[in-house]
Amino acid sequence: MVLLQVIVGGLLLGAIYALFSSGLTLIWGMMNFINFAHGEFVMLGMYVALLAVLYLGGGVIGFGAAAALVLFLLGIVIYLALIRHVLRGPMLSQILSTFGLALLLRYSAFYIFSANFVSLPQTSLAGTLKVGGIFLPVAQLVAGAVAVALTLALHFLLTRTNVGSRLLAVAEDRSAAMLMGIRPDRMQALAWGLSAGAAGIAGALMATAYPWSPSVGETFGLIAFVTVALGGFGSVLGSLYAGLIIGLIEAISAFWLGAIYKDIVVYGLFVALLWFRPQGLMGKA
Amino acid sequence: MKYFLSPRVGVCVLAALLLLFPIVFSDAFYRDIGVTFLLAAISASAWNIVGGYAGQVSVGHSMFFGLGAYTPLLFYTLWGWPPLAGVPIGMLLAIGLAVVIGMPTFRLTGHYFSMATIAVAELIRIFTGTWSLVGGAIGLQGPAVARGWWDLTFRSELPYYYIFLAVLAVVLLTTAAVERRRFGFYLQAIKASERAARSLGVPVRLTKLNALALSAAFTSAAGSLYVIKTGFIDPDSAFGILISVQMLIVAALGGAGTLFGPLIGALILVPLQTAANTWFGGGGSGLTFIIYGGIIVLIARFEPGGLCDLWRRFATRIWRRAHAA
Repeated sequence: MVLLQVIVGGLLLGAIYALFSSGLTLIWGMMNFINFAHGEFVMLGMYVALLAVLYLGGGVIGFGAAAALVLFLLGIVIYLALIRHVLRGPMLSQILSTFGLALLLRYSAFYIFSANFVSLPQTSLAGTLKVGGIFLPVAQLVAGAVAVALTLALHFLLTRTNVGSRLLAVAEDRSAAMLMGIRPDRMQALAWGLSAGAAGIAGALMATAYPWSPSVGETFGLIAFVTVALGGFGSVLGSLYAGLIIGLIEAISAFWLGAIYKDIVVYGLFVALLWFRPQGLMGKA
Repeated sequence: MKYFLSPRVGVCVLAALLLLFPIVFSDAFYRDIGVTFLLAAISASAWNIVGGYAGQVSVGHSMFFGLGAYTPLLFYTLWGWPPLAGVPIGMLLAIGLAVVIGMPTFRLTGHYFSMATIAVAELIRIFTGTWSLVGGAIGLQGPAVARGWWDLTFRSELPYYYIFLAVLAVVLLTTAAVERRRFGFYLQAIKASERAARSLGVPVRLTKLNALALSAAFTSAAGSLYVIKTGFIDPDSAFGILISVQMLIVAALGGAGTLFGPLIGALILVPLQTAANTWFGGGGSGLTFIIYGGIIVLIARFEPGGLCDLWRRFATRIWRRAHAA
């Protein structure tokens, strides 16, 4: 029964991993670009949720939307001010740009919010459900379910809608898309907005159930790398499965080996993946 | 006039200044800055071989630094070896690790290598913190009192300064030799375009792997130097992400892929860092890293070639204007 509890907890956390990793995979798939600051976007989403609850009030939907909106705009601003200019530059400046951004955001958060762990004040999602002998905190349950729904929504946005087709067209062939009357810059800005927005809302969801500090961004960034590597670069559906798997592996290894070792297992998995199956589980060679 | 501006004279002047610095500034404070500067320059020059010349940006070079730092103290703690004896073993281990990471990731192009390096560095850092043989989160301590000169435990900064300077000279001379050889041209070809280099018959994977191994060995030596001087190491000061950041920013600021870029970067950044720490108080205060992050972003956005490139453009413009007049 304890193991079942651990498994369910891992899957619920994994759903959130899936949501923010889908943002990373979107950027990677669209412009062959790795965002080292993605974990920091999740962290910022958590603080935006906190500030929204403290100063604006409103329920879960309120601060979730606030985090999504703020991060969506931040993503677009970052694309227009920074990423657009380094995309055509050398590899060094591509990596430096988001790596520096990650440091800037992480330590600014340290400076503003201090290194202490914080958590959201009691929200309407308090309480636990008891289903079949295991305890499910309502906050985790809602966060996990919403995360799965949003990841699927992003998948359908990309595969079933007009906007999605345009995004994928730009990803496939920039100049051909331009000839079809699509403006690549707008589409890529939109992709950055969606990516950061997904990270922000994932952060807000996670904030309902788990405490955090500014340093969580680093961990989440690495988890997003592992998830994207497992799910295949550029595949949102792949990152959904991979996120759930990573959450499960993390929970089980924390349960069997101890909490310190869960990161070792997850990063070890990443290194093993790069060795044996660099294109990911669902990726094409 | 032209003679005085030639690179060779510049190098001689620089060498003379570096040799004389601790004699002119005999205060322990300035000597300590000098030693810190040399260490930053050594690590960044080592990073530069693979990150600058080959264009394979490692964001986890602290793993090699940490290996070089831990190995001498581990052997000292276990069997009382002088720390110096562990240095070559640390370098060999670093080369081994470089091969383990390079083999799979260099099959692929682009960001895989960067992602792998940051993950492996974190993996090792967390693992070291849980491994009691290497002291866990507390770390390891070197000889407190020298048993002989071979322990390299000095009270004065002066011997360290000249040892570090000698190692820096070795690293720079090696880099200069690489620059002029076929190996160096291969690296530049790979950086410019991997596909084009391969089509011209450059053994891309092997060349990248060799560059990483060379870079790892020197970075490990830098870690050993650090630990021989401080006599103490823990997971964060060996494998922490900020160790990697420091190498990256020093090299990128001066000019990644240039011989003296890392030296110039360290020349600017280390005094700046010391000043920042005195002004804002406390080593490793958050503000320093906010500034670091800002500098990195600005370099990436406006000057990916670093200060060396900026200077070259500036000098060319002056030169042209002088001739036009």
